[in-house]
Amino acid sequence: MSVVYLDNNATSAVAPEVLEAMLPFLTGRYGNPSSMHSFGGDVARDIRRAREQVAALLGADPDEVIFTSCGTESDSTAIHSALECNPSKRHIVTSRVEHPAVRSVCKWLASKGFGLTELSVNPQGMLDMAEMEQAIRPDTAVVSVMYANNETGVIFPVARIAELCRERGVLFHTDAVQAVGKLPIDMKRNAFDMLSLSGHKLHAPKGVGALIVRKGTKFTPFLQGGHQERGRRAGTENVASIVGLGLACELAQRWIEDEKTRVPRLRDRLEKELMARIPDCRLNGHPTERLPNTTNISFEFVEGEAILLLLNEAGVCASSGSACTSGSLEPSHVLRAMGVPFTFAHGSIRLSLSRYNSDADVDCVIEKLPGIIQRLRAISPFSRDRMPSPAMLSPEHSH
Amino acid sequence: MWDYSEKLKEHFFHPRNVGEIANPSGVGEVGSLACGDALTLYIKVNDKGVIEEARFKTFGCGSAIASASALTEIIKGKTVEEAEKLTNQDIADYLGGIPPEKMHCSVMGREALESALANFRGVKAPVQEGTIVCKCFGVTDVEIRRVVRENHLTSVEEVTNYTKAGGGCGQCKPAIEKLIAGVIAEEADARKAAPQKRLTNIQKMKLVEEALEREIRPALLMDGGGIELVDVEGNRVTVALRGTCAHCPGSDATLGNYVEKKLRELVDPDIVLVEAPK
Repeated sequence: MSVVYLDNNATSAVAPEVLEAMLPFLTGRYGNPSSMHSFGGDVARDIRRAREQVAALLGADPDEVIFTSCGTESDSTAIHSALECNPSKRHIVTSRVEHPAVRSVCKWLASKGFGLTELSVNPQGMLDMAEMEQAIRPDTAVVSVMYANNETGVIFPVARIAELCRERGVLFHTDAVQAVGKLPIDMKRNAFDMLSLSGHKLHAPKGVGALIVRKGTKFTPFLQGGHQERGRRAGTENVASIVGLGLACELAQRWIEDEKTRVPRLRDRLEKELMARIPDCRLNGHPTERLPNTTNISFEFVEGEAILLLLNEAGVCASSGSACTSGSLEPSHVLRAMGVPFTFAHGSIRLSLSRYNSDADVDCVIEKLPGIIQRLRAISPFSRDRMPSPAMLSPEHSH
Repeated sequence: MWDYSEKLKEHFFHPRNVGEIANPSGVGEVGSLACGDALTLYIKVNDKGVIEEARFKTFGCGSAIASASALTEIIKGKTVEEAEKLTNQDIADYLGGIPPEKMHCSVMGREALESALANFRGVKAPVQEGTIVCKCFGVTDVEIRRVVRENHLTSVEEVTNYTKAGGGCGQCKPAIEKLIAGVIAEEADARKAAPQKRLTNIQKMKLVEEALEREIRPALLMDGGGIELVDVEGNRVTVALRGTCAHCPGSDATLGNYVEKKLRELVDPDIVLVEAPK
């Protein structure tokens, strides 16, 4: 059975061109770029080219690109470096809806004695700039706010936050893992000090990422060891994947028009049709200030994992913010931070598209999902006519 | 993705007995929308005390729906007294197992049954008693102690898998730890109060010979050694080493660290091993 893949915010297909560009480095050209012989040393040129390709997509200087193993490593590196370089400042500002790659690090640092302010979001998932201004203190070392949210796709005003941070003399890091390749990003026009990206979200393989560190920003490496990446990230380069990431960035630039036009048209049609055909649902997140490829819809009175299992049976890959799929026992921290009511929070589905999706994919979901929701609602003890009693909405009634 | 058994998936994709009963003999309502799963169970009991019909409505994930479906299939045709004996493990077994993190679905099924049976009898369900330990999921001490006892749980993580308690803010974890320790201590006391029946000499001899044959001889043989049972008197077991073991300078260690340990584990913890005079 062919699969309709609408889970591109989780991971994306490796572009065929990317795979082809990588293969020589997994076969004949296995040399170490640090070697003194040309068999290895020549590979350094391919890495340089990849660095230029990544830099070009982001309006950065190639020297500002540090290759890492993933977005998580980039995030950890950025936050730890900011604190290490500013030992007198012991306060961090972030948001309540960050990816665990930032959120867990910040919480861990808070447990080690650092001050932490987590900014709230409004019901549409937007940050309050006034709150942001108040949160920055004289002892704030770093502000880390994501470019766009992975679950809802909501885009944060990172350009304004970066300006504010520059004015206040505070480092600004943005986790742009979901935004790179989907939105045009220009380091030259923005005051980002550090920006994280991940290869596998933009059609490069898993296991490679990058941290962009603006020239002049004080930096301390996270991984100590050899002199790779000019001493900013030790460890022999993942050459094939770095080459893949470079080409993926070049391709992303070529496809950005598609991301701006065709992909959001598909997304909008999918969203509009689903919401018209299925009663008692709601859109999670701001309707316009969001990534062009993402929609997050909650279906009342049903649970997300059950929806995913039935979608999976129909050949559709999606994800959910329900408790049963989050690995914890509570629904997504993003939806909770937005104050999504419990009757909706457990029944959220995220559909995230890419350039490889077609009208036929969208048609398939429009055809299958209404029946799935209906089927689960027939099993559910709750409905519009049979709202749970207020007691049933409280955990005290659990047992 | 969860590793669901084929039977569980089958019950999720084709749940049995979905719906309500117009004039039920008992209704059990457990769970809450806030916690992400809820189950309403309807039972019809005939004048012979047999559960003639069982139906359910579930809000929840795949294993919650499958557990409810399994529950209705298990209790149909059972007397009220038989149904009362049902445990959450019975539901899990019926489904060919439930992933550990999802055991709370089977616990919810059992609680719905208890609640429906209590409703049938016009009494309060027992699990509603006690004081709330986990505020995030509204779980009481009575409930936690029961799952620990019935399922032989030993860690907070297991308790969370079975009841969700401790899976939210986590503040109640130390309290759960104390409850587990309490149950384990109670069980140890109970064991002391009723000592195990002692083995007769002949039974012990048989067990020792079996242990030697099955476990110990094959291990010694790998080094070209052997062992023979000479006598058993109470807990005193006399053996003679054979082959390379008989002359091995490390034979004391072999006897003490390996043979005696093994016999204590397999036969009786009080065994004392003695080597027969050469």
